[in-house]
Amino acid sequence: MRSKAKIVIIGGGIIGLSVAYNLAKMGEEDIVVLEKSYLGSGSTFRCGSGIRQQFGDDANIQMMKRSVEIWKNMENELGYNVEFEQGGYLFLLYDEEELKTFERNVKLQNKYGVPSRIITPEEAKEIVPLLNTDGVIAAAFNHTDGKANPFKAVFAYANAAKKLGVDIYEYTEAKDIKVEDGKIKKVITDKGEIETGRVINAANAWAPLINKMAGVPVDIPIHPYKHQGIKTEPFKIGEINPMIVSFKHDGVYMTQEANQGGIIGGYALKYGPTYDITPTYEFLRGVSYRFSQIISALKYLNVIRIWAGYYAETPDDNAVIGRINEVDEFYIAAGFSGHGFMLAPAVSEAMAELIVDGKTSKPLWFYDPYRFERGELREQAVQMG
Amino acid sequence: MSDDLRERIIICRCNDVTLKDIEDIIDSGITDIEEIKRLTRIGMGPCQGRTCLPLVAGIIARKTGKKIEEIELPATRVPIRPVPMGVLAGDIDEE
Repeated sequence: MRSKAKIVIIGGGIIGLSVAYNLAKMGEEDIVVLEKSYLGSGSTFRCGSGIRQQFGDDANIQMMKRSVEIWKNMENELGYNVEFEQGGYLFLLYDEEELKTFERNVKLQNKYGVPSRIITPEEAKEIVPLLNTDGVIAAAFNHTDGKANPFKAVFAYANAAKKLGVDIYEYTEAKDIKVEDGKIKKVITDKGEIETGRVINAANAWAPLINKMAGVPVDIPIHPYKHQGIKTEPFKIGEINPMIVSFKHDGVYMTQEANQGGIIGGYALKYGPTYDITPTYEFLRGVSYRFSQIISALKYLNVIRIWAGYYAETPDDNAVIGRINEVDEFYIAAGFSGHGFMLAPAVSEAMAELIVDGKTSKPLWFYDPYRFERGELREQAVQMG
Repeated sequence: MSDDLRERIIICRCNDVTLKDIEDIIDSGITDIEEIKRLTRIGMGPCQGRTCLPLVAGIIARKTGKKIEEIELPATRVPIRPVPMGVLAGDIDEE
């Protein structure tokens, strides 16, 4: 392992790896990524694969609009097929209040050029013929939302970063960060020490531990909650192209994988804060029940597995991204609250701009690490699962 | 062993992964069974890795010189055998 680096990124998930890639692309050299387990092992490999621009606030919509542009071109840029498919996101709406909220959101999304729209239950059924539309009064649909393969996306960024000279150390855990007079001196790992002046905390669920190592004196509440996902046996591909979401069914989301053909999804049953990720029977039964309410034919489909992962949640379900002023050259991009995978392309681009140029045109202010201390919580991010 | 033969040896029957697929990915520098699992989808089909994972561990051991005991097999996920969603959802209706 090298003993010196200009930049040490802690966390080998899609955020850490994409930040490393974008820094290297902007000409930064001498970058190290530390991952305490294998790449993607924290949250990225456990995510639901969804990519959507249908948020309810200006910043997330703009960031996701940029993200989708990058997702679309990712195979070209990184030289690796990440199986990005634009099957859309279909939100099922069951009452006037929900409809009003989504009409407002659609208007905001349209303002930024996201082509979402409110459609009728009949139109929803045309998109997914298997859909049970009992009680559905309308739906919100955006055909440019979609999904990608989290496993492939991680390796796409990792390989591209390596090609640009980034060193990635797996099974290497950051144990401490030495700071003197407000300046970072080195990162101590279980495999040795790395002298550095710049650290990026991309540890998501473990970000509070890294903040503590560096003595970050700001209150940044990020807590790991256990959420779960389900996967079924494959069936005829193309039956369920969009991600279907229903808040009336406790934040259910489900889609058919574009290449494998199984259903994946989950609902908003959560446990925690906890680092335990044992899957639960309560989830297995609850998700099966809710899925078959939305598409009754799914009753006959075999469940192959369930698994658990973290939503590293903040009080407003928005990430924490930015520079920490009290520890010189310490940055954080964590607490993604279940949206890290979809946001990674735009967030990493903005982070690299912030670090290299000292500023970015993207609305990173929204994810200000100091907002909790100031009591300026954002509007709750649209979140499911 | 010839490429042709290695392409005909199926390691994962659920997802049609061949000996050549596994060896190529190891040759590309990815030797972690958790990562090989996610890139090739070995162990992610209906059998949940009962057939393929020990075979893949053996291939990794042979190619990397690691001891087979050092290779920790990925977690076995619930349910152990495929179960129809209707069976799992069934009695919630009556609750």
